[in-house]
Amino acid sequence: MSPAVRKLLRTPAVFAFWLLVWALAAAAVGQELLLPSPVQAARELIGLARMPDFWLTIGRSVLRVLTGILSAVCLGVGLAFLTHKSAVMNALFSPVMTLVKSTPVASFIILALVWLGRSVVPVFISALMVLPVVWANVSAGLKGVDPQLLELARVYRLPRGRVLRRITWPSVLPHLRAALRSALGLGWKAGIAAEVLTVPPYSIGKRIYEAKLYLETTELFAWTAAVILVSLLIEKLLLRLTDSFGRKDGTYA
Amino acid sequence: MLELKDVTLHFERKTVLDGCCLRLNAGERIALMGPSGCGKTSLLRAALGLQIPDGGSAGCTFQSVAAVFQEPRLLPWRTAAENVNLVLSDKAETMPEALHWLDTLELSDAQALYPSEMSGGMQQRLSIARALASKPQLLVMDEPFKAMDDKLNERVVRTVAASIGGAALLLVTHSEAEARALACRVLRYENGKFL
Repeated sequence: MSPAVRKLLRTPAVFAFWLLVWALAAAAVGQELLLPSPVQAARELIGLARMPDFWLTIGRSVLRVLTGILSAVCLGVGLAFLTHKSAVMNALFSPVMTLVKSTPVASFIILALVWLGRSVVPVFISALMVLPVVWANVSAGLKGVDPQLLELARVYRLPRGRVLRRITWPSVLPHLRAALRSALGLGWKAGIAAEVLTVPPYSIGKRIYEAKLYLETTELFAWTAAVILVSLLIEKLLLRLTDSFGRKDGTYA
Repeated sequence: MLELKDVTLHFERKTVLDGCCLRLNAGERIALMGPSGCGKTSLLRAALGLQIPDGGSAGCTFQSVAAVFQEPRLLPWRTAAENVNLVLSDKAETMPEALHWLDTLELSDAQALYPSEMSGGMQQRLSIARALASKPQLLVMDEPFKAMDDKLNERVVRTVAASIGGAALLLVTHSEAEARALACRVLRYENGKFL
């Protein structure tokens, strides 16, 4: 078998292995209420997907979390530029970012529930989880801009916008990509966790909460599978979007 | 006009330039020659406003300046043509001009290459093409021809001599031939000064 074929088969093989482990564990437990089998979970997911509510629920949850993530990306990039330019701003915001990173997400969810409407809490929480990661990575990217290229821009008196577009941004983009890769999952999971605690209408979190409440373990597994699938899809889409920016700029050439 | 007044520079606790004065008028060409580590590059950096001298002052009234550094300083994520076009308008309308300068420096086959795909000599010629393309009033060059073989070196020096027109030139070189070919007045390092 050629290395390329082996590489191609590796992921499905690993996936199949863990599905088998799950199926064997479910067979050993023998109770759907405790651990449904992969087939039962898949059947439940297909059943749910046939209902119009399912897509509305997925869509609303995705919208909430994506709003949070994209706001955090904009804010994180802006803040990184600000703290890079100003030592005072850096001194002010660095501890805040460390604080946000170290505080348990549940504390923020409860606090946000007190301060904000229940539909806004998942947006806020997703943003809050993603913000420090984006800020830290973009800050590292800004610190890593080649000083020799900045000197070149200074000698040739290149306009500020061109320096930003052609020198600074391409240097930062790989760091932003790395940030998105690690922050997307984080933001998505935190957003769903916030939905579970705030149960806004038409939300995956609400459906997970209800499944738990009525001991619908199979439905819980089906929703969890949906969360994982949507998370993978969003990650692929956003990274492709970032890559397309990079390609336009030749950053990943 | 570029004027360096009583410039003093220290390098690793040693005074390399001690009250050095230099004046470069429009259209004038000067070559600085001296042993390695005598402060030639630091003097150029001071002239370009990239380094504050330890003593004295540097002032430049030229409206447009271009530099060829010892290292090519190319944008790794831009092609050769885009690297040249960067100092023009950075828009499609000036791309033909950028391509003309690549052609002048014998790089027409490399226009779509990224710097990482080019040899050291090609990268250095690309940085020369970029400097010439910007049509500066002052061109500062720090050992710009060193990564080239003898024949190529000769051709590129000739091309530069023919292309700089009325620009002032401040060149750092170890080669008398280069200084001669570029019609430079040679200043040699002596006791912390260029005379």
